[in-house]
Amino acid sequence: MNLTPEQQALLNGSQGETMAKVVKTLVMYGDAFGAERMVPVTSKYGHTVISFGLEVMKPVYDLYDQLIEAGLTEGQKFTADPKPLDKNVPSSLIEDLVFKKIMYTQQKRYEAQLEKLGIIDEDSYSCTCYLDQMGNKPAKGEILSWAESSAVVYANSVLGARCNRNSGMLELMGSIAGFVPEFGLLTDEGRKATWIIDVQCKNRPEAQLLGSAIGMKVMEEVPYVKGMEQWLGTELDEAACTYLKDFGAATASNGAVGLYHIAGLTPEAKEQGEALICDNAQVYVIDDAELERVKAAYPVIWKDADAKPQLCFIGCPHMTLQQLHDMTNAINSQLMRNGLQKVSVPTVFTASPAVIREFEKTKDYMLMKSCGIVLSYICPLMYMNNPLCKKKAVITSSNKLRTYTSARYYTEADIIRIITSKEAKL
Amino acid sequence: MKEFKGRVVVPGTCTAKALVSHGGFNTLASYQMALMFNKKGVPCGDQNNPDLYKQSMEGVAMCLPMTIGSTTGGMVLFTACALGKQPACMLFSKPIDSLAASGAIMGDVWTDAKMPVIDNLGDEFLESVKTGMTVTVEEDGTVKIDD
Repeated sequence: MNLTPEQQALLNGSQGETMAKVVKTLVMYGDAFGAERMVPVTSKYGHTVISFGLEVMKPVYDLYDQLIEAGLTEGQKFTADPKPLDKNVPSSLIEDLVFKKIMYTQQKRYEAQLEKLGIIDEDSYSCTCYLDQMGNKPAKGEILSWAESSAVVYANSVLGARCNRNSGMLELMGSIAGFVPEFGLLTDEGRKATWIIDVQCKNRPEAQLLGSAIGMKVMEEVPYVKGMEQWLGTELDEAACTYLKDFGAATASNGAVGLYHIAGLTPEAKEQGEALICDNAQVYVIDDAELERVKAAYPVIWKDADAKPQLCFIGCPHMTLQQLHDMTNAINSQLMRNGLQKVSVPTVFTASPAVIREFEKTKDYMLMKSCGIVLSYICPLMYMNNPLCKKKAVITSSNKLRTYTSARYYTEADIIRIITSKEAKL
Repeated sequence: MKEFKGRVVVPGTCTAKALVSHGGFNTLASYQMALMFNKKGVPCGDQNNPDLYKQSMEGVAMCLPMTIGSTTGGMVLFTACALGKQPACMLFSKPIDSLAASGAIMGDVWTDAKMPVIDNLGDEFLESVKTGMTVTVEEDGTVKIDD
């Protein structure tokens, strides 16, 4: 690693021992990947994946206290992942006790730390920080120090920004230092595709299912996806971006994808076409049967596989404004067809605080409420991060939530069918 | 005995029983419940990993291709190190991924934990090593497995 004299001085302790450890961490990180230099972080804002004050994560907050005590609070401002708690989301008395007295005992401490370290404001908590309403949307080519797998893969793939799949904590260290090691997805070579995905489905594949299949196959490599033009078009309009938000989150959580290219659509694929594909790229053909095979292989870990669902989460990653409108209307229409007024399974939509505020101004917000649906800013994953939820029959249209919890995945059409039927039959 | 040579990411030595994951190791899914509820032996909670699910991860020689999943992964590994609940070592058949590297390096720089990390051991390493075998890691990245 060739450091500039200024970077070397920091490593040698010119700004104190804590800053030296921050730089040492970044240098070792770069060394592990053969980085030869540091490059400046050029985006306006950072994004941290850590939004939760978990009792067990005390060592993280103790380390953050060290950063604050050392005065390392003048780095890049940032957004953060969604908060874990919201009293509007259905929970039992025991769950409330577990959340507040056992699990999230560090929440206030951590949010106070984030204020000191530079979170933009109280509304800056969402995994979809890149949506227009959230205001943390980097430009093409900008270098980021972000963490949150779904946001990183979106920024790289859809926006053409450059960010490695950094870990929580390390992303903050990059924002504090103002530089990150140059390797992997920060380089032209690292952004080339090593897999060709040939989509041969008859109908538009479900974003969360297609992403899951690709993620599990290519793991951390870069896929170049062909065959999606007929459904996504050639412009990154709102519908395409929404699809890619959910698709990317599934590739990143079911595998470890940090960047994908969609032929004729995403910025680098549009500019460079198949020149982005490495010579020896492997090929994965996906048809409807393959997607069915992938879905059928998901383990069911409910005690009673036929249990009536007790809760439904839609919005991991957080929903867009258009998704809130579309899902509200789709659910309401199906309820009317079935002669019902309210959903038969307690259902929670999750979205960023800024998107929620916009949605609240619309008629569909009242319609959503009349259907019995709760709208929240929380992270469903954090909500389900407790053993009590393991006993709960939770369904979701999120493949990320399925991966990390006992929630069971269903396509959006199935979710609508289940929650709008009287018996809530799976 | 078989011997493999990898690249040292975090230096150190150890001898421990192997726990082998043939699929990607999802750090968050594996650790979250065990750490949160201080479960004895740190049983793996990843339902999608049949090699590891419910197996104790504390103090083992974790043999894996790579880690996958959420970018909280490195923070989770750091926390395991800070709490003294980390594996004895992590041995990657493939080049290390950014999340595992972050966690292992933060554990090395910011905690007292000793967890040698070796990568690039090759596919044959993961085919040869079986759960329960004794694994020895040497300072120069040599990994020996007892048949």
